[in-house]
Amino acid sequence: MPHDDHDHPHALLPPDPALRVRALETILTRKGLIDPAALDEIIDTYQNRIGPRNGALVVARAWSDSDFKARLLEDATPVVADLGFFGRQGEHIVAVENTPQVHNMVVCTLCSCYPWPLLGIPPAWYKSDAYRARAVREPRKVLAEFGVTLPEGTAIRVWDSTAEVRYLVIPMRPEGTEGMSVEELADLVTRDSMVGTGLPRAPA
Amino acid sequence: MTDRAPEPVFTQPWHAQVFALTVHLNESGLFSWPDWTARFSDTLARHGHARELDGGDDYFNAWLETLERFLAELGRAAPEDVERLRAAWEEAYLTTPHGAPVRLRE
Repeated sequence: MPHDDHDHPHALLPPDPALRVRALETILTRKGLIDPAALDEIIDTYQNRIGPRNGALVVARAWSDSDFKARLLEDATPVVADLGFFGRQGEHIVAVENTPQVHNMVVCTLCSCYPWPLLGIPPAWYKSDAYRARAVREPRKVLAEFGVTLPEGTAIRVWDSTAEVRYLVIPMRPEGTEGMSVEELADLVTRDSMVGTGLPRAPA
Repeated sequence: MTDRAPEPVFTQPWHAQVFALTVHLNESGLFSWPDWTARFSDTLARHGHARELDGGDDYFNAWLETLERFLAELGRAAPEDVERLRAAWEEAYLTTPHGAPVRLRE
């Protein structure tokens, strides 16, 4: 039935899975196992407060501060936690740095593990069978579909995420960005560049 | 497949709801996250045998099925109760005048 709201005699019926989620919520709320306010808080956090900007600030800081970058590459978990970005599921964050020799790319072949605190909720393509299956098998081809062509001599290293370990790619700092502030640099850092399926923007 | 145009984090409200429900149950200690991902991976693999999953509705359908099974196994939400309440919600939507808040009768 088309969404002809004006003529609707009753409230619009949500799709079946939405009703099943409602049913679970009702059962668990009645058993005192969940707090509906906490659910709203989680949705608000992921919808409005956590996103790739967090990761972009970490990358921009790494570009600007070699000491910070060294600590990040050694063990990123406490370094990003100090900035207020920590995994709600207690996972470890591993930062991997792109160089002219090696380009890093992240996938989760089993499901969709992703550095939520730094990048938010993964996009649909990251969760698709196509990406999950092909990133490991033919990364260069997948990159080409994202519009990324690397020099012949650059090796591609693909990191498979797990429930415990999530990866953040530190892309190479673009040329012509000398003297830019951390905030300005962060504007160049795209989500895809931190997953390894894109490159940072060039400065305007 | 680029990140030029911003995409919504969740494309359907129920995607956000089932996600939040799972994160909340994990944080309240009902199950560990690795336990969750192991089960979720199994469901995705099983669904993926039949056809290629698109990462949208497919993905969250697999998510919901995993959560339903897990809660049934843990004895927290029996399938017959879920079905009864799903039907009750459907009934509530179909009998509530448009614009009025939808509430369960029971």
